[in-house]
Amino acid sequence: MLIKPPIDIPPSEITDPDLFARRRHFIRGTAAGLLAGGFGLPALAAAAPQRGEKLPDIRKSQWTVDEKPTPYESVTTYNNFYEFGPDKDDPAKNAHRLKSRPWTITVEGEVKRPQTFAIEDVLKWAPLEERIYRFRCVEGWSMVVPWIGFSFSEIARRVEITGNAKYVEFVSLADAEQMPYVRVPLLDWPYVEGLRLDEAMHPLTLLAVGLYGEVMPKQNGAPLRLIVPWKYGFKSAKAIVKIRFVRDMPRSSWMKSAPQEYGFYSNVNPEVPHPRWSQAQERRLGEFLKRKTLPFNGYAEQVAALYAGMDLRRNY
Amino acid sequence: MNNRQIVLLKCAVFAASLAPAASLVWRAAHDRLGANPVETLMHATGDWTFNFLLLTLAITPLRTITGQHWLVRLRRMLGLFAFFYGLLHFLTFAGFDHAFDPGAIMHDVAKRPFVAAGFVAFVLMIPLAATSFNAAVRRLGGRRWQELHRSVYAIGIIACVHYFWLVKITAIQWPLLYAAILAALLGWRARERMRKYQPPGVPRAAPPTVQPIRFIRR
Repeated sequence: MLIKPPIDIPPSEITDPDLFARRRHFIRGTAAGLLAGGFGLPALAAAAPQRGEKLPDIRKSQWTVDEKPTPYESVTTYNNFYEFGPDKDDPAKNAHRLKSRPWTITVEGEVKRPQTFAIEDVLKWAPLEERIYRFRCVEGWSMVVPWIGFSFSEIARRVEITGNAKYVEFVSLADAEQMPYVRVPLLDWPYVEGLRLDEAMHPLTLLAVGLYGEVMPKQNGAPLRLIVPWKYGFKSAKAIVKIRFVRDMPRSSWMKSAPQEYGFYSNVNPEVPHPRWSQAQERRLGEFLKRKTLPFNGYAEQVAALYAGMDLRRNY
Repeated sequence: MNNRQIVLLKCAVFAASLAPAASLVWRAAHDRLGANPVETLMHATGDWTFNFLLLTLAITPLRTITGQHWLVRLRRMLGLFAFFYGLLHFLTFAGFDHAFDPGAIMHDVAKRPFVAAGFVAFVLMIPLAATSFNAAVRRLGGRRWQELHRSVYAIGIIACVHYFWLVKITAIQWPLLYAAILAALLGWRARERMRKYQPPGVPRAAPPTVQPIRFIRR
C-alpha cells in the first residue's frame, strides 16, 4: 500500500509560478548585477528579454511602411513609461509588476451606450493586423515597430458616438501597487492623452494589443495602447483603462506639466522645433548618424488634410 | 603623507579616473551600450565631466576643513580628467550628431540654448587645461594663474544651466542634485572669503595660520 504523506505546505508558502519561472532570470540578473556593480557596468545587469505569447491569425495590413523594423530587444528595453520609472530601461525592469489580466476598458462620455469591456472581448472586435509603423519620440529618436492591432474606429460601432463628441480622451492605469513611480509626482497621474475625434477615427490610428506577432509586452503598454504614428510618441497612451468621448479639448498630462513645450496636437513636424531643441532630425535606434525627420513622420499623404488651413506653428 | 605615498595615490586616482572611459570602451566593444548607444555615450561622458568638475572643486574645501594639505596635489589631475571627459562629450556631439561638420556644429550651437551653454562651458575649459602644467603657472605668475583658473566657478554654473535646459521635467532631480552640490562648494568659498575679509586700516589680529604650500618643485 502506498502511503502518501500529507501535504503540509500552506498555499502561502508555495512560490508563485510566475516568480518561479523567473528564477533563472533573477539569478542571472543578480549575478550579472553584482559583477557589473563592481566594475561600474550597469548595462550588464540587463538580462535577455523574455518573449511573449504569440497572437493568433494576424493579417498583413495595407498600412505598413517598407522599412526595417527595430530589433525586438531595442523596442522592449528602450521605453518611456514614467509610471515605471524615469529612465529608458526602468519600464523593462519594473513593468513585470503590472497585472494585465483581468483588464477592463470603460468607454463613456458622449456615447449612446457607455460600456465596460473586458480585454478578451476587445481582442475579438476586429481581425488583428500587423502594421509596421515609424515611431518618433519628441526627444529626437525613432524606431520602426511591427505593431499588432486594428483601427481605433472599430470602437465607434460598439458605443454609438453622439454628435456632441468632438474629442477623445485616453486615461491610463495609475495604480501605485503595480506602478511604483505613480507615487512620485513626475506627472499629473493618471496619464491622460487626447485626440480630436477625426484624428482618432483616422484608419491609421491603431488600438495596439501586441508587437512582433506577440502579446504586448508590459513595458510597451500592455494590454492595450494607442498608436498614432504621425504624432510624437507621448500622444500614444499606454495601458488604457478609460476612453472618454468629450465635447471639449482634453488637457493632457504633458500639457499640464509644460504647456509651452507640449501642445495638444504634437504632430511630428521638422519645421517646428521644441522650445529647447530642433526636431529637424532624429536618431533611428541602431543608426549612428541622424536622419531627416519627415513631416507628419512620413504620413503626410494620409493625414495632412486633417489640418488644412491650420497654423501648425501655433497648434504645435 | 610622504612623497612616495602621494605618487602611489596619484597612480591609483589616475587608474580609477580612467575606469568610466574604459567601461564605455568595453561596453561598446561588447554591444552593451543599450538600444541608443550614442545617447548612452553622451550621457555617461557628460555625467563624468560634471563629476570630475565637482571633485576638483571639492579639493580646497576638503583640504581646509581637514587640514590635509596634500589633497591639493590631486587637484590638477582631477581637473584634467574633467576636461578629458568634457572633450569626449564634445566629440560625441560633434561626431555623432554632426559628422564633424563645423558649419552644422556652429548652427546647432547658435540654435539650441542648452547646446550653446555646453559649448561655452567646454570652450572655457580649454585655457584651463592648456595652462595646467608647471611651466605655465610660472610663466603666468601665481596670482594671474589663479585668477584665470577661477573661471572654473563660471564653468560649473554654466554646466548646471546646460543640464537644467536639456532634461525633461521627469528627470529634474539630477540637475537639482548637481546644482545643490555646486552651490555648497561655491557657497563655502564665499563664506571663507567673507570671513577672511579685513576692513582696510584695521590691523590684523593674528598672523595667518595656514602656511602656503609649494606644490611646484623648483
